[in-house]
Amino acid sequence: MYPADLKYSKDHEWIRVEGNRGRVGITHYAQETLGDVVYVDLPRAGDMVKAGESFGTVESVKSVSDLYAPVSGEVVEVNREVMDHPDLINKDPYGSGWLIIIEMSDPGELDNLMDALAYEEMVKEG
Amino acid sequence: MIKNPWNEKLIFELGAPGRQAFSLPASDVPEVDLDWPENMRREKAPGLPEVSEPELVRHFTALSRLNHGVDTDFYPLGSCTMKYNPKVDEALAALPGFAGIHPYLPEELVQGALQLIYEMEAYLAEISGMDRVTMQPAAGAHGELTGILLVRAYHRCRGENRTRILVPDSAHGTNPATAAMAGYQVVSVPSDQRGGVDVAALEKLLDERVAGLMLTNPNTLGLFDENIHIIADMVHKVGGLLYYDGANTNAIMGYTRPGNMGFDVVHFNLHKTFATPHGGGGPGAGPVGVKKDLVPFLPVPLVDFDGKRYYFNYDLPHSIGKVRSFYGNFGVVVKAYAYIRSLGAEGLKQVSRDAVLNANYLMAHLKKYFYLPYDRFCKHEFVISGKWQKERNGVKTLDMAKRLLDYGFHPPTIYFPLIVEEAMMIEPTETESKETLDRFIDAMIRIAREAEEEPEKIKGAPYTTYIGRLDEVAAARKPELRWRAGK
Repeated sequence: MYPADLKYSKDHEWIRVEGNRGRVGITHYAQETLGDVVYVDLPRAGDMVKAGESFGTVESVKSVSDLYAPVSGEVVEVNREVMDHPDLINKDPYGSGWLIIIEMSDPGELDNLMDALAYEEMVKEG
Repeated sequence: MIKNPWNEKLIFELGAPGRQAFSLPASDVPEVDLDWPENMRREKAPGLPEVSEPELVRHFTALSRLNHGVDTDFYPLGSCTMKYNPKVDEALAALPGFAGIHPYLPEELVQGALQLIYEMEAYLAEISGMDRVTMQPAAGAHGELTGILLVRAYHRCRGENRTRILVPDSAHGTNPATAAMAGYQVVSVPSDQRGGVDVAALEKLLDERVAGLMLTNPNTLGLFDENIHIIADMVHKVGGLLYYDGANTNAIMGYTRPGNMGFDVVHFNLHKTFATPHGGGGPGAGPVGVKKDLVPFLPVPLVDFDGKRYYFNYDLPHSIGKVRSFYGNFGVVVKAYAYIRSLGAEGLKQVSRDAVLNANYLMAHLKKYFYLPYDRFCKHEFVISGKWQKERNGVKTLDMAKRLLDYGFHPPTIYFPLIVEEAMMIEPTETESKETLDRFIDAMIRIAREAEEEPEKIKGAPYTTYIGRLDEVAAARKPELRWRAGK
């Protein structure tokens, strides 16, 4: 449920490092807690995001929640598919349900994130 | 609840061409051709309903029977405070001297109405410990926005450009929305183990960028933050202001006041605290009170008294301006005024006492069956969780809320506050009898038992309502927003 090749934030986002870039989505735990996602609001390519700050929102039948950037940098790609089909976040949170790709301005920020084991531990503690 | 035999048609689909519910004499005014330009003329008749009077009356009577409201049964919707609205307040607000006046009437012809606004301001100021109050905002969230615009005007007038508003993670969603709407960056303050503001975390967030802290006390967990004086001192020390979300004022009337706790700005939800109808039952009102340092910024006009007559005071040079046309939703203010006058100071105190007693009574009975994340005395509401049922039986809070409909109750607020998983936020209000509370406890205990013995049954609920389980996902993803003829 928490792939070992990803890094995790305390705000329940994951990031997959691809060179200088990071692909970002929300975790299995986050999508399960939210319930059926009905709407996603994402930034545009070219927007700057800052680690720990909101870069968009995700809306389920239960609630609207902010999405928090795990690292700082420029948004270079946005998943258009997921905006039209938000259910991808529920079905495939680590695959086709990804949200944005960030060109990292400070890859050192990755050290502030958790590995799969630490994240799973955090979620269990609730 | 009785399954309604009514056939679900819309009024547009009832009746027959030419049928009508009125009978007027033939017009004795000659027809005039107004010579409208061609492009402004309607091409087709407007498609109005064509029904007889009995069809009309039966249609709306049938619709009204599908409603659940405080006039039909218990409605423990946490934070929304669905208390009974005394009918005498409606009767008083409907008096022609109140209901029939026009906002353009000169002051000398509406002295009684102005006196009522003036006295209401004094009552609200006394209850909250503020210096002055504006009646203009048209609802609670509008009051919040007004309040935060006052905070902004205050700082700007002092030449300070503060950029942040702090909001606890247990806050009503309107708090961050309000701050964002007023142009502030919203910074979330975590809660501590007891459900209050995490003072150590707050300390780290406080600096000269902070315009203010928005707080509800008691908060959305129904818990009173005893550290409020410490918190107020901390925020004031960096030059910030304290905003009181008055949604839960019904828990503290006559016992303490936001002004005494150190708050600078307060909004009231007249419907939650003083029993006026909620949205959908008419317009709302969200008066805002302030301490004297913020008075110069209040919306104009205020109502003042010169010793002989009441008048509109527009002489506030630093005013943020009007936030609503005329003087707010006056009819709502009349209802709340009537409520305050009929209860008096002791009565209002008893309202809070009974609201707190009822909530603690329910909590004490339900905590054996549902997980209670913050186990201490609550105020007017409390939050339990469906966590046990979800983990043990796969039954979610949503399922149990739907099942409550089968027992004839409106469910509590669910999945809020966000910091409690599978949350159920229960607010019985002071207007319910012990018998009603016992019936509700009984239904909840039965549901807890059903969750263990017949989980599938709960997952399919409700069964006795006119419409069964709705597909909320499809409703959100593919909403049908309007009726189309012939569809």
